[in-house]
Amino acid sequence: MKSGLKRSNAPIFWGLFGAGGMFSALFGPMLVFITGIAVPLGLMLPANTMSYAKMMAFAQNIIGKGFILAVIALFLWFAAHRIFHSLHEIGIHAGVGAKLLCYGSAFIATVISAVVLLSLGF
Amino acid sequence: MSKRRPYVRSMDGWWKKNPYFIEYMIHESTALFVAAYAFILLVGLVRLGQGEAAWSGWLDALKSPLSLTCHVVFLVAILYHTYTWFKIMPITMPPIIVGGKRVGPEVITGSGLLAALVASLVLLGLVWRLAL
Repeated sequence: MKSGLKRSNAPIFWGLFGAGGMFSALFGPMLVFITGIAVPLGLMLPANTMSYAKMMAFAQNIIGKGFILAVIALFLWFAAHRIFHSLHEIGIHAGVGAKLLCYGSAFIATVISAVVLLSLGF
Repeated sequence: MSKRRPYVRSMDGWWKKNPYFIEYMIHESTALFVAAYAFILLVGLVRLGQGEAAWSGWLDALKSPLSLTCHVVFLVAILYHTYTWFKIMPITMPPIIVGGKRVGPEVITGSGLLAALVASLVLLGLVWRLAL
Protein backbone atom coordinates (compact mmCIF):
# COMPACT_ATOMS: atom_id res chain seq x y z
CA MET A 1 0.00 0.00 0.00
CA LYS A 2 1.37 3.35 -1.03
CA SER A 3 0.07 6.48 0.58
CA GLY A 4 1.53 9.07 -1.77
CA LEU A 5 2.83 10.97 1.26
CA LYS A 6 6.57 11.13 1.57
CA ARG A 7 7.75 10.00 4.97
CA SER A 8 9.45 12.83 6.79
CA ASN A 9 13.08 12.46 7.83
CA ALA A 10 12.56 14.96 10.64
CA PRO A 11 12.18 12.33 13.43
CA ILE A 12 15.71 11.03 12.74
CA PHE A 13 17.32 14.46 13.09
CA TRP A 14 15.11 15.32 16.02
CA GLY A 15 15.99 12.03 17.70
CA LEU A 16 19.72 12.67 17.30
CA PHE A 17 19.17 16.21 18.59
CA GLY A 18 17.33 14.94 21.65
CA ALA A 19 19.90 12.25 22.39
CA GLY A 20 22.81 14.66 21.93
CA GLY A 21 21.16 17.39 23.96
CA MET A 22 20.52 14.97 26.81
CA PHE A 23 23.99 13.41 26.64
CA SER A 24 25.74 16.80 26.59
CA ALA A 25 23.53 18.08 29.41
CA LEU A 26 24.41 15.08 31.58
CA PHE A 27 28.13 14.70 30.84
CA GLY A 28 29.22 17.84 28.93
CA PRO A 29 30.30 20.09 31.82
CA MET A 30 32.29 17.38 33.63
CA LEU A 31 33.94 16.24 30.37
CA VAL A 32 35.06 19.80 29.61
CA PHE A 33 36.37 20.13 33.14
CA ILE A 34 38.31 16.84 32.96
CA THR A 35 39.80 17.08 29.45
CA GLY A 36 40.18 20.84 29.12
CA ILE A 37 40.95 22.08 32.64
CA ALA A 38 41.77 19.44 35.27
CA VAL A 39 44.14 17.25 33.21
CA PRO A 40 46.03 20.10 31.46
CA LEU A 41 46.53 21.89 34.79
CA GLY A 42 47.24 18.72 36.78
CA LEU A 43 44.34 19.40 39.15
CA MET A 44 42.63 16.67 41.18
CA LEU A 45 43.28 13.81 38.74
CA PRO A 46 46.52 11.77 38.46
CA ALA A 47 49.08 13.27 36.06
CA ASN A 48 48.92 10.35 33.63
CA THR A 49 45.11 10.33 33.40
CA MET A 50 45.18 11.02 29.66
CA SER A 51 48.55 9.44 28.84
CA TYR A 52 48.95 7.79 25.43
CA ALA A 53 48.89 4.29 26.94
CA LYS A 54 45.74 4.99 28.98
CA MET A 55 43.88 6.65 26.14
CA MET A 56 44.80 3.88 23.71
CA ALA A 57 43.57 1.27 26.20
CA PHE A 58 40.32 3.23 26.58
CA ALA A 59 39.86 3.68 22.82
CA GLN A 60 40.54 -0.02 22.17
CA ASN A 61 37.91 -1.10 24.66
CA ILE A 62 34.49 -1.60 23.09
CA ILE A 63 32.73 0.46 25.80
CA GLY A 64 35.39 3.16 25.48
CA LYS A 65 34.89 3.24 21.72
CA GLY A 66 31.14 3.57 22.16
CA PHE A 67 31.54 6.41 24.67
CA ILE A 68 33.99 8.36 22.47
CA LEU A 69 31.77 7.95 19.41
CA ALA A 70 28.65 8.93 21.37
CA VAL A 71 30.30 12.07 22.73
CA ILE A 72 31.70 13.35 19.43
CA ALA A 73 28.84 12.30 17.15
CA LEU A 74 25.86 13.06 19.37
CA PHE A 75 27.26 16.43 20.54
CA LEU A 76 27.70 17.43 16.90
CA TRP A 77 24.29 16.15 15.71
CA PHE A 78 22.70 18.07 18.57
CA ALA A 79 24.61 21.26 17.74
CA ALA A 80 24.02 20.91 13.99
CA HIS A 81 20.26 20.65 14.47
CA ARG A 82 20.06 23.55 16.90
CA ILE A 83 22.29 25.82 14.79
CA PHE A 84 20.38 24.93 11.61
CA HIS A 85 17.05 25.83 13.19
CA SER A 86 18.44 29.03 14.72
CA LEU A 87 19.54 30.42 11.35
CA HIS A 88 15.98 31.63 10.78
CA GLU A 89 16.18 33.63 14.01
CA ILE A 90 19.12 35.64 12.74
CA GLY A 91 17.45 36.33 9.40
CA ILE A 92 19.04 33.61 7.30
CA HIS A 93 16.41 31.73 5.36
CA ALA A 94 18.14 28.40 5.44
CA GLY A 95 17.83 26.16 2.43
CA VAL A 96 19.37 22.93 1.23
CA GLY A 97 22.89 24.38 1.35
CA ALA A 98 22.68 25.30 5.02
CA LYS A 99 21.14 21.94 5.81
CA LEU A 100 23.97 20.13 4.02
CA LEU A 101 26.55 22.26 5.80
CA CYS A 102 25.09 21.68 9.30
CA TYR A 103 24.11 18.02 9.12
CA GLY A 104 26.89 17.26 6.63
CA SER A 105 29.62 18.34 9.04
CA ALA A 106 28.06 16.24 11.82
CA PHE A 107 27.89 13.30 9.40
CA ILE A 108 31.51 13.68 8.26
CA ALA A 109 32.72 13.98 11.87
CA THR A 110 30.78 10.82 12.76
CA VAL A 111 32.36 8.91 9.87
CA ILE A 112 35.89 10.14 10.74
CA SER A 113 35.43 9.16 14.41
CA ALA A 114 34.13 5.72 13.49
CA VAL A 115 36.98 5.11 11.02
CA VAL A 116 39.66 6.18 13.53
CA LEU A 117 38.09 4.13 16.33
CA LEU A 118 37.97 1.03 14.12
CA SER A 119 41.55 1.56 12.93
CA LEU A 120 42.78 1.65 16.55
CA GLY A 121 41.86 -2.02 16.86
CA PHE A 122 40.27 -3.96 19.69
CA MET B 1 8.49 41.80 -14.53
CA SER B 2 7.14 44.38 -12.16
CA LYS B 3 9.47 46.65 -10.26
CA ARG B 4 7.68 46.21 -6.96
CA ARG B 5 9.98 46.41 -4.00
CA PRO B 6 7.77 45.49 -1.09
CA TYR B 7 8.87 46.65 2.33
CA VAL B 8 10.36 43.80 4.31
CA ARG B 9 10.88 44.61 7.95
CA SER B 10 14.47 44.16 9.05
CA MET B 11 15.16 41.29 11.45
CA ASP B 12 18.13 43.03 13.01
CA GLY B 13 18.16 42.49 16.74
CA TRP B 14 14.46 41.61 17.02
CA TRP B 15 15.23 39.43 20.00
CA LYS B 16 16.98 42.20 21.93
CA LYS B 17 13.67 43.87 22.71
CA ASN B 18 12.34 41.17 24.98
CA PRO B 19 14.20 39.51 27.89
CA TYR B 20 12.48 36.18 27.10
CA PHE B 21 13.98 36.14 23.60
CA ILE B 22 17.38 37.34 24.84
CA GLU B 23 17.50 34.30 27.10
CA TYR B 24 16.27 32.14 24.22
CA MET B 25 19.07 33.33 21.92
CA ILE B 26 21.67 32.78 24.65
CA HIS B 27 20.56 29.24 25.39
CA GLU B 28 20.32 28.38 21.67
CA SER B 29 23.85 29.72 21.10
CA THR B 30 25.27 27.29 23.67
CA ALA B 31 25.15 24.78 20.80
CA LEU B 32 28.10 26.63 19.20
CA PHE B 33 30.24 25.85 22.24
CA VAL B 34 29.11 22.22 22.36
CA ALA B 35 30.13 21.94 18.68
CA ALA B 36 33.49 23.64 19.26
CA TYR B 37 34.29 21.28 22.14
CA ALA B 38 33.27 18.22 20.11
CA PHE B 39 35.56 19.37 17.26
CA ILE B 40 38.49 19.65 19.70
CA LEU B 41 37.79 16.10 20.87
CA LEU B 42 37.56 14.94 17.25
CA VAL B 43 40.99 16.43 16.57
CA GLY B 44 42.25 14.64 19.68
CA LEU B 45 40.88 11.32 18.47
CA VAL B 46 42.52 11.77 15.05
CA ARG B 47 45.83 12.68 16.75
CA LEU B 48 45.53 9.59 18.95
CA GLY B 49 45.22 7.50 15.80
CA GLN B 50 48.41 9.09 14.43
CA GLY B 51 50.58 7.83 17.28
CA GLU B 52 52.19 8.89 20.54
CA ALA B 53 54.01 12.00 19.28
CA ALA B 54 50.86 13.42 17.70
CA TRP B 55 48.86 12.67 20.85
CA SER B 56 51.44 14.42 23.08
CA GLY B 57 51.26 17.44 20.77
CA TRP B 58 47.52 17.59 21.26
CA LEU B 59 47.89 17.26 25.05
CA ASP B 60 50.46 20.09 25.06
CA ALA B 61 48.13 22.27 23.00
CA LEU B 62 45.47 21.78 25.69
CA LYS B 63 47.87 23.36 28.21
CA SER B 64 48.12 26.64 26.30
CA PRO B 65 46.48 29.69 27.90
CA LEU B 66 44.23 30.05 24.84
CA SER B 67 42.97 26.49 25.19
CA LEU B 68 42.45 26.85 28.95
CA THR B 69 40.52 30.08 28.43
CA CYS B 70 38.38 28.46 25.73
CA HIS B 71 37.59 25.50 27.98
CA VAL B 72 36.55 27.77 30.85
CA VAL B 73 34.15 29.46 28.40
CA PHE B 74 32.92 26.05 27.17
CA LEU B 75 32.39 24.97 30.77
CA VAL B 76 30.22 27.99 31.57
CA ALA B 77 28.28 27.72 28.28
CA ILE B 78 27.66 23.98 28.59
CA LEU B 79 26.67 24.30 32.26
CA TYR B 80 24.10 26.84 31.07
CA HIS B 81 23.01 24.36 28.38
CA THR B 82 22.51 21.73 31.10
CA TYR B 83 20.45 24.13 33.19
CA THR B 84 18.24 25.28 30.28
CA TRP B 85 17.89 21.77 28.82
CA PHE B 86 16.19 20.58 32.01
CA LYS B 87 14.46 23.92 32.59
CA ILE B 88 12.67 23.55 29.23
CA MET B 89 12.07 19.81 29.58
CA PRO B 90 8.61 20.14 31.18
CA ILE B 91 7.36 21.73 27.95
CA THR B 92 9.34 19.62 25.47
CA MET B 93 8.36 16.22 26.80
CA PRO B 94 4.91 14.60 26.89
CA PRO B 95 3.07 14.98 30.20
CA ILE B 96 3.88 12.31 32.79
CA ILE B 97 1.01 11.16 34.95
CA VAL B 98 1.82 9.59 38.31
CA GLY B 99 -1.01 8.46 40.56
CA GLY B 100 -3.58 10.32 38.41
CA LYS B 101 -1.72 13.62 38.77
CA ARG B 102 0.49 15.36 36.28
CA VAL B 103 4.11 15.60 37.46
CA GLY B 104 4.90 19.27 38.06
CA PRO B 105 7.48 21.19 36.03
CA GLU B 106 9.73 21.81 39.04
CA VAL B 107 9.87 18.07 39.74
CA ILE B 108 10.93 17.33 36.13
CA THR B 109 13.56 20.11 36.11
CA GLY B 110 14.81 19.13 39.56
CA SER B 111 15.12 15.43 38.67
CA GLY B 112 16.98 16.32 35.47
CA LEU B 113 19.47 18.53 37.27
CA LEU B 114 19.94 15.88 39.95
CA ALA B 115 20.56 13.28 37.22
CA ALA B 116 23.19 15.59 35.66
CA LEU B 117 24.91 15.99 39.03
CA VAL B 118 24.95 12.22 39.61
CA ALA B 119 26.16 11.56 36.04
CA SER B 120 28.99 14.09 36.49
CA LEU B 121 30.14 12.57 39.77
CA VAL B 122 29.97 9.02 38.38
CA LEU B 123 31.99 10.12 35.34
CA LEU B 124 34.63 11.80 37.53
CA GLY B 125 34.78 8.70 39.73
CA LEU B 126 35.20 6.37 36.75
CA VAL B 127 37.93 8.53 35.21
CA TRP B 128 39.68 8.61 38.59
CA ARG B 129 39.53 4.81 38.88
CA LEU B 130 40.72 4.24 35.31
CA ALA B 131 43.59 6.67 35.88
CA LEU B 132 44.93 5.02 39.05
